[in-house]
Amino acid sequence: MAVKNPEGAVPPRPPSGPIPDTAAATEWLATMMLVRRFEERAGESYTRAKVGGFLHLAIGEEAVVVGAARALRDTDWLISTYRSHGHALARGTDPGRVMAELYGKTTGSSGGRGGSMHIFDLDRRFMGGWGIVGGNIPIGAGFALQSSYRGNDEVTLCVLGDGATNQGTFGETLNLAALWKLPVVFLVTNNRFGMGTSIERHSAVTDLVRKGEGLGVEGQRCDGMDVAATQAAISEAVEISRAEQRPILVEAMTYRFRGHSMADPEKYRTKEQVEEWKLRDPIPNFTERLIAEGIVDKTGAEELDKQAIAQVDAAVEFADASPEPAPESLHDGVYSLGGEVHGWLSTDPPQDPAS
Amino acid sequence: MSEIRYREAVGRALREEMLRDENVFLMGEDIGVFDGAFKVTEGLMDEFGEKRVRDTPISENSIVGMGVGSAMLGLRPVVELMTINFSLLAMDQIVNHAAHIRYMFGGRVSVPLVIRMPQGAGNQLGPTHSHCFEALYLHVPGLLVAVPSTPADALGLLKSAIRDDNPVIFIEHETLYQEKGEVPEGEHLVPFGKAAVRREGTDVTIVGISRMARTAERAAQILEDEHGVSAEVIDPRTLRPLDLDTILTSLKKTNHCIVVEEGWPHGGVGANIAALVQEHGFDDLDGPVLRVTGADVPMPYSKSLEHLAYPHEPQVIEAVLASLGRKAPA
Ligand SMILES: Cc1ncc(C[n+]2csc(CCOP(=O)(O)OP(=O)(O)O)c2C)c(N)n1
Repeated sequence: MAVKNPEGAVPPRPPSGPIPDTAAATEWLATMMLVRRFEERAGESYTRAKVGGFLHLAIGEEAVVVGAARALRDTDWLISTYRSHGHALARGTDPGRVMAELYGKTTGSSGGRGGSMHIFDLDRRFMGGWGIVGGNIPIGAGFALQSSYRGNDEVTLCVLGDGATNQGTFGETLNLAALWKLPVVFLVTNNRFGMGTSIERHSAVTDLVRKGEGLGVEGQRCDGMDVAATQAAISEAVEISRAEQRPILVEAMTYRFRGHSMADPEKYRTKEQVEEWKLRDPIPNFTERLIAEGIVDKTGAEELDKQAIAQVDAAVEFADASPEPAPESLHDGVYSLGGEVHGWLSTDPPQDPAS
Repeated sequence: MSEIRYREAVGRALREEMLRDENVFLMGEDIGVFDGAFKVTEGLMDEFGEKRVRDTPISENSIVGMGVGSAMLGLRPVVELMTINFSLLAMDQIVNHAAHIRYMFGGRVSVPLVIRMPQGAGNQLGPTHSHCFEALYLHVPGLLVAVPSTPADALGLLKSAIRDDNPVIFIEHETLYQEKGEVPEGEHLVPFGKAAVRREGTDVTIVGISRMARTAERAAQILEDEHGVSAEVIDPRTLRPLDLDTILTSLKKTNHCIVVEEGWPHGGVGANIAALVQEHGFDDLDGPVLRVTGADVPMPYSKSLEHLAYPHEPQVIEAVLASLGRKAPA
């Protein structure tokens, strides 16, 4: 049964968040384009069986992805879900390394051990890609606990879906974060569905800001189809969290244009609903706005898109050319060696401590 | 040497490591103001304050998860769970995350987290508070598993666990907390993967897990006194890594092996050790490796039934005599 979004028709609302300076605005647009082109290409690679397992695309959600990353300092921590290629890209991870992870290659951001759901880049403080719905929430709060413990000024931005707010750990962690005054911002990417279950069918309280408030975490909603509005809302939350040392929740209202993962016949929503939301596609709308405000021109925007495509081409080439992990590397990295560990049987040959 | 209780030994390890490294901190339900459900953390909140001794709400999965997150960024959390049964609520964070993070993220990050908890029957706590789950954790690559049975090992292994960069499942035994034992003065570390030979013998090797190492020792004394059997008792102390060498060396001498554990038989620690011993020591065996295990039932409440549901000296003696082809006297 297809359940119609009770909000009904979604009028094409022009983006209205505050535009930053030209360079930043252009960069936001370029990054959204990169994420879009990357996701499209990942989907193609999946149908060509270059990518296996589960593949979750964030097409339609780029404004939330880029708005989140641009609300952070380099020293802040970002942690997301299995729908997180874009978060890594926006944080600056080389698209080649992200694509190589999807391809299961050694050059992948997790050495081909994690796959699409487990992208990771410690150097850029992008702390994963997590495949268990809700499992990343306490871990994000743990990063914030570290910041609070050491008294530094880092903030953690913890991304989760609307469906994840029904996990027990959502309540447990928000309570703890509020109790312990942790500098963490919970960003709920509300795309209105947990897989094929619409928010009205999965959450008794559909106002997710209210859900957080009941646990002692203040929050605000933003238009997740508008990168400027999203960036402004998250940035405000992050700075309050940093200054006042407390958790905040931001609910970004968005929509995914593709299926939940690659195997999704999308029986749970109508084509009309998808088309209505596509009128609010964050990329063309932001492009038009920048053109209207004279920040880029049409050719300039097309040029940015071409660059995105070229970056993704190079990423695919890199992933394709990269080697498969060596069979003898199977056991590498299970344990940190050199401490008390000598393999799980003392009869095992010692492993390479550098692994 | 001085004599202290097992629970004091655990507390001493925590205190010494907190004094040594300011990244070490404690989280758990009622570990602070209440001093811990088993008084292990007595006095630590007074000494170290609420920043480093954190009373948590009843949120097992999330406090372990926050331990994981803070450990990934270099803190050294020690999370106490009130009993091992409650760790089942945290299974997601323990197995999906703590154990797998390092591998899943290509070896770029470690999780120096210790999860401490007591297990075991004997206090009539029934089917939700009395089990032995070392076999569940032994199953998982990425974890280290310690099962100390003496105060000295509790002290030395916990200090090693806190210093190690891997996630450690540290399983204490509820009925051992009040037991006293000799503990060396000064710094005492026990390495993981090094078994203790509790008693030397020539006729049979008895491997005892967790509290069952103590039961095996008492059984060995009776075997010598009443049956003229010389039993060697080995306490592996850690199950991951496992010191199989010490067991195999003993087997070369005795040619008979018995494993005693309190947990369930199927997929248990004994099943695992029996498999390893026959794979690596088949030529030294004069008969099958025998297992003495807890009964294959949820732990009953009734005192008389509970007593029947986990091994005591007579079952160990019976298994040893059977292995040696001798019948227990009627
Ligand atoms: C603990 C757990 N249960 C179920 C799943 C399967 N699953 C993967 S994604 C998903 C839906 C999650 O929805 P939401 O949190 O709204 O995030 P979205 O996929 O919309 O980004 C489900 C049920 C899982 N990965 N983990």
